[in-house]
Amino acid sequence: MDPGKKYEAIVVGTSAGGLYALSNILTELPAEYPLPIMVVQHRSKDKKELLEDILQHKCKIKIKQADEKEKIEKGCVYIAPPDYHLLIETDLTFSLSSDQYVSYSRPSIDVLFESAAAAYKDTLIGIILTGANNDGAAGISAIKQYNGLTIAQSPEEALFPFMPNAAIATKMVTHIWTLSEIQNFLLALDKNGKT
Amino acid sequence: MNLDSKKFRELLESIQLVYGYDFTDYAEASITRRVTHFMSVRKIESLDELARIVLKDEKIFEELVQEISVTVTEVFRDPSFYKSLRENVTKRLATYPFIKIWIAGCATGEEVYSIAILFKEEELLNRSIIYATDINQKSLQIAKEGVYSIDNMKNYTSNYQKTGGKKSFSEYYKAKYNSVLFDKSLKQNIVFSPHNLAVDKSFNEFQLIICRNVLIYFNQQLQNKAIHLFYESLCPFGFLGLGSKESLLFSDKKKQFEEVDRKEKIFIKST
Ligand SMILES: C[S@@+](CC[C@H](N)C(=O)[O-])C[C@H]1O[C@@H](n2cnc3c(N)ncnc32)[C@H](O)[C@@H]1O
Repeated sequence: MDPGKKYEAIVVGTSAGGLYALSNILTELPAEYPLPIMVVQHRSKDKKELLEDILQHKCKIKIKQADEKEKIEKGCVYIAPPDYHLLIETDLTFSLSSDQYVSYSRPSIDVLFESAAAAYKDTLIGIILTGANNDGAAGISAIKQYNGLTIAQSPEEALFPFMPNAAIATKMVTHIWTLSEIQNFLLALDKNGKT
Repeated sequence: MNLDSKKFRELLESIQLVYGYDFTDYAEASITRRVTHFMSVRKIESLDELARIVLKDEKIFEELVQEISVTVTEVFRDPSFYKSLRENVTKRLATYPFIKIWIAGCATGEEVYSIAILFKEEELLNRSIIYATDINQKSLQIAKEGVYSIDNMKNYTSNYQKTGGKKSFSEYYKAKYNSVLFDKSLKQNIVFSPHNLAVDKSFNEFQLIICRNVLIYFNQQLQNKAIHLFYESLCPFGFLGLGSKESLLFSDKKKQFEEVDRKEKIFIKST
């Protein structure tokens, strides 16, 4: 890790078992958290805002579904809407797309991570949590290529280790951490996003 | 692959000069992704190389359009949208002696047949004309033929039922081998034609305009331009239906519309 390095955004990708893992790393974050967090959790297309509601119930930080062309603000967790890919533009707004499935998924973690990497370059933190497919592995590589920081949940701890393992197999993961280590790291980022 | 955004813009500008297709105001993250995908499938290594090939060879350009134009669609996609049309729009349209509908960005036509079915059930189809447009010629050809894979029919039937459809959905098509063909009676009042929202003008006045999941591919400026075009093309109190994630929020015309159904993104031109 680069001590003193400044980060501007966090992206998180997860699939099976994700709700538990997400609430673990997000619950303690304060409402005025210094960075924005963008999340892709694979979800079925009918369950409207249930995921956002459940998470909000457990968290202090604001949780909302990402909207088309919305401006990204710090202190907010944005969740990709069901059935759309979520992309980040270089002017730090969101775009949605209904392109084909990528890695069998829509929203796809790779799509979010790759566009986020291009927008935030080396100031991005990418985190892969539990999941049962390999979506996110290409995204983790993209973040690393821009010199961002990449983290995977420890496969021993993950409810579904396949997704973190796939990310780790790219050899592009900087840290393999448990949920509580990830949480501590996120909490330790100071108000300027510095480690 | 990371594309240099200045070079990328230059390529889009050259395309506009050579072919008249304007992609310069598309949402950058999405179009970059499509073009990167196009390049990696064809083993094109740089934007310079892509420019050389695409600007010289119209066939390859058409294939690039195919890639950029995301054709994903469904019959009765988002059934609750169609349900709302039944409940909130068709009754009001029934007061017109003749109804003109524009479906912009119709892709391969599934949405067009959905509207035709709905209007038939509301007994409006025989006095309606549906203009269905897209920039993608290949998609328009598929739309005209109205032949689709049988694999999706289970999903489409369930979508149809969720719109409040009371008939048996199979009344509307004939199955043959692995395909289905939508009924001729649905096609009679449909005109398929190319139209580019980024460059072409208004071509008629409509009581209903539907443009779903197209604006998300545009940047705010082009979204606004398209909304202006829709505004000009609607009769007073004409209806506008957008995709479930789209809105008038960023358009300076938003005050000239009222919400008919906020959730389903159905608006009426009010002034
Ligand atoms: C994702 S599809 C939407 C299909 C359908 N409306 C739906 O909601 O299921 C997007 C369509 O927009 C079309 N499109 C893209 N740019 C366009 C433009 N400038 N003018 C007209 N159509 C455009 C594409 O060719 C594609 O068919």
